[in-house]
Amino acid sequence: MTDPTDTLVIAGRELGSRLILGTGGATGHTVLRDAVTASGTDLVTVAMRRLDPETPGSILDVLADCGVSVLPNTAGCFTARQAVRTAHLAAEACDTRWIKLEVVGDEDTLLPDAVELLAATTDLVRDGFVVLAYTSDDPVLAMRLADAGAAAVMPLAAPIGSGLGIRNPHNLALIREKVSVPVICDAGIGTASDAAVAMELGLDAVLLATAVTRAADPPLMAAAMRDAVRAGRAAYRAGRIPRRRYAEASTPFTGLAAL
Amino acid sequence: MRVELNGVPTDVDTETVAGLVGGLTSAERGVAVAVNGEVVPRSQWHRALCTGDRVEVLTASQGG
Repeated sequence: MTDPTDTLVIAGRELGSRLILGTGGATGHTVLRDAVTASGTDLVTVAMRRLDPETPGSILDVLADCGVSVLPNTAGCFTARQAVRTAHLAAEACDTRWIKLEVVGDEDTLLPDAVELLAATTDLVRDGFVVLAYTSDDPVLAMRLADAGAAAVMPLAAPIGSGLGIRNPHNLALIREKVSVPVICDAGIGTASDAAVAMELGLDAVLLATAVTRAADPPLMAAAMRDAVRAGRAAYRAGRIPRRRYAEASTPFTGLAAL
Repeated sequence: MRVELNGVPTDVDTETVAGLVGGLTSAERGVAVAVNGEVVPRSQWHRALCTGDRVEVLTASQGG
C-alpha cells in the first residue's frame, strides 16, 4: 500500500496518488469511469472544446461520480495568448485555478514551444493560476519554468501518444535534481514498466492517458499503471543496489566443502 | 440577430450571452464563454450580444 508519509504535494495540496490520468482517447464514459476507478488516481485531466448540444452527458459528471478532482488543460494551443485564454475559460467551466499548461510548437510531434510556454507560464502565474507545465526534457527550460512560478514541471518521456517510453532518462533525472517543485513525467508512456522506470528515476508522479485509454483493456491497464507507479516509487525510496560489471556472490564461500 | 456561434453563422432570438447558452444546454456548470476572443465570466452573462459577435461556447471534454 501507499506510505501515508510519502504523499505527493503540489502547491500545498496533498494528492492521494502519484498517478495522474488523462482522458483523451477514451471510447466512452463507462470505460472511462472504470479506468479512473481502477487507476486509484486523485486527479484527472480534461480539455476545453466547443459545446456540442448533441453530446449526451458531461465528463465532469463522470469524474465527480468517481470522486476525483479535475485538471483542465490547454491542449491544442500553439501560442501563449491562446493558452492563457483557454486557461481562463477552463477556470470558468471547471471552477479551478489549476491548469495543465500545454503550448505546442509542431503539429507532427506536438513538442512544446519553449518560448510560448514560458511566456504563458509567466502570465498565468501572475493571474493566480497553479500552473503544471508540460515541457520538453530540457533541464534548463524546466529550471526557467520553475523560476517563473510553475507549481510543477512535467517533462515528456516521448512525444504525446507515441508510447515510446522514456527516451532520455538522464535528462529526467537531471530535471529532478535541478528544480525544487514536483517533477511529473508526462507523455510518451507506453506500458507499466515505463511508468515504473519514471518513478525509479525519482520523479514525483506520472501523467498518462493514451497508454490506458487506447489499451485493449483500459481498466486493466489502469490497474497495472497504479501498481507500477507504486512499485517504482517504493524502489526509488528503498535505494537500488549499485550496478557492477562482475558478479558478487550472494552466498558466502566460507564453509564450502573441498570436493 | 446573426452571430458566429462556435464558428457557424447562426440566427439567434436572444439578446444576451445567458440566453444563448441556455438555448444550447441546461447544464449549470462546465460551460465557459468567450465573445470576440475575450472571456466572459458567468457573472457577466447578462451582457448584450451584438450582430456579428464571434461567440465561443466551450465545455470540458475528453483530453490530455
